[in-house]
Amino acid sequence: MFHTKLMLEYGTRIVAGVTPGKGGTNVHGVPVYDTVSEAVDMHKVDASVIFVPAPFAKDAALEAVDSALNPIVLITEGIPVRDTMELLAVTREKKTILIGPNTPGIITAGECKLGIMPAHVFSKGSIGLVSRSGTLTYEIAAGLTKSGLGETTCMGIGGDPVVGLTFIDLLEMFRLDKDTKAVALIGEIGGNAEEQAAEHIRRTSYPKPVAAYIAGRTAPPGKRMGHAGAIISGRSGTADSKIEALRNAGVHVAEKPSDVARLLADLIR
Amino acid sequence: MKLFEYEAKSIAQGFGLPIPRGLVVSTPEEAKKAFEELGKRSVVKAQVLVAGRKKAGGIRFVSSSKEAHNAAKELFGMKIHGESVGKLLVEEVVSAKRELYAGVTVNRSAGCYTVLASVEGGIDIEEVASRSPEKIVRLDVDPIQGLREYQTRIIGRKLGFSGKELTDLAGIISKIYKICVTYDCELLESNPLLETEQGNFVVADFRAVIDDNSLYRHVEFQEKIKRGETELTPLELKAREKGLSYVELDGNIGVIGNGAGLVMATLDMIHYYGGKPANFCDAGAGGATAERIKTAMEMVLSNERTNALFINILAGITRCDDVARGIIATREKARIKVPIVIRMVGTNEEEGRRILEEAGIPFLDSMEEGAREAVARSLR
Repeated sequence: MFHTKLMLEYGTRIVAGVTPGKGGTNVHGVPVYDTVSEAVDMHKVDASVIFVPAPFAKDAALEAVDSALNPIVLITEGIPVRDTMELLAVTREKKTILIGPNTPGIITAGECKLGIMPAHVFSKGSIGLVSRSGTLTYEIAAGLTKSGLGETTCMGIGGDPVVGLTFIDLLEMFRLDKDTKAVALIGEIGGNAEEQAAEHIRRTSYPKPVAAYIAGRTAPPGKRMGHAGAIISGRSGTADSKIEALRNAGVHVAEKPSDVARLLADLIR
Repeated sequence: MKLFEYEAKSIAQGFGLPIPRGLVVSTPEEAKKAFEELGKRSVVKAQVLVAGRKKAGGIRFVSSSKEAHNAAKELFGMKIHGESVGKLLVEEVVSAKRELYAGVTVNRSAGCYTVLASVEGGIDIEEVASRSPEKIVRLDVDPIQGLREYQTRIIGRKLGFSGKELTDLAGIISKIYKICVTYDCELLESNPLLETEQGNFVVADFRAVIDDNSLYRHVEFQEKIKRGETELTPLELKAREKGLSYVELDGNIGVIGNGAGLVMATLDMIHYYGGKPANFCDAGAGGATAERIKTAMEMVLSNERTNALFINILAGITRCDDVARGIIATREKARIKVPIVIRMVGTNEEEGRRILEEAGIPFLDSMEEGAREAVARSLR
């Protein structure tokens, strides 16, 4: 598997793979099993990263939950929202962290990555980056790297309407991370995750500077813009409402993607 | 995927929900016959997927077969917010004491379905939510347990019902939820749900939006897609078949990128620099292959309004020289005359730049410069 190789090269300790029907084979030196339980019997495993196609993704994730793997990074796009809602109910009950679905994953610069984020755009630094997007995240990260700010950890919460870890969860993790000096929050149209994050920032007097960029200011209402969660429904989910909520909470919202690095550089100084 | 009212009502009927007597018709003559069969004052409703048909005149009350015929004739000739009217639903008018609202929606922040019910039906529920939120009863449904019957009675009590009406309404809410789960709805609502003088309930309108991600497991809707009966335009549908994410817009600068967020940001940048995008096109977040870009280019340029094209690719493993050659080949083969502007980051970038610049295609370093250049070229 192509991304397995890249994760291994980055330093992620991938100890086993699971592909039903391919047990006994070997990919880039990693042994493959038919079931998760066989894999965890043979190896010490903590986390799971899932690339299974949408129709089978919920089952694969439940299998990982059953073997107490935590966190579970669900890369897959196209999972029915009902499946995700059921999965989320289980992970919440079992206190398993779900990242995604429809996410490029998570990367701690210079150390480890779970997912498909391109390693070369990230560099060890001080910005916590959390995003609903994939490639737009890399765009912002490249800008942060170029400006010398770099990243501590970057995570995609995913482009679906219902996801595991949220902006608020990441804000709290970044709050407790001593290396993270400021947060970059990348949002887009649809839902109210950014508004909820803004409310959280305001209510808790969030102690670290936050800069944001919201994509889809010019998206037409009622049309799904690629991501399952990127749709303006009726009056809710517009970029403008998110930008207003964030600004009212003291978040510095960039006009252009490249402004994010500039804003953060000023804020950190 | 949105369903037509008559499709949603057909499903409702199958689940035992009370709907008005009605017939689906495709000609004014059929509408006339339908009225005669119903034998009473009726309503002729345009079956369209766009919102706001009432205000646009897509609903006509008729009291004679001649009126039914004329109303039908007018409606068939109409476009409601740009959508042609292919079918009408001719329904008996049900007189009501009150108009209620009952629906189920995906609650994104709670991560579950939420049942909503209100005695303030017949109007925009979002308006009720902002004006008098206390008038809406909400219940988050546990995804594992589902909606319990007793929970539907609690909802009914909160709306002020008792006796037979309470148990009837509870049953209706149960059935609506059951349909929602069976058909993977994102939204399923009856607005209005009529309460008659006799204390019965009738689902006077029923609206269903199916989760697009679930279509693979709903064979019953595959035919709809084949017939093009979706809210997508023909071009958008064609793009989806080819694995591209495509949205038609009303401007003239074509946009292709890899990754929905990146493409949305690209559209925003084009606006920022004074231009208007012709479309949204995500050629695939994983990495844009030369083949997908070729397909995307053909789609975008098939839109006659496009007079400039900006391709924005940010990918770790994309081979820029391959993509560059592909772009030039497509330009030649399709005899593309519109200016093309590229911004591409990936492997073999320098070689890709050389190839494109030799072919007279500007290769910009940043997406913002790219957007600005594309706007400038579109104005020349």
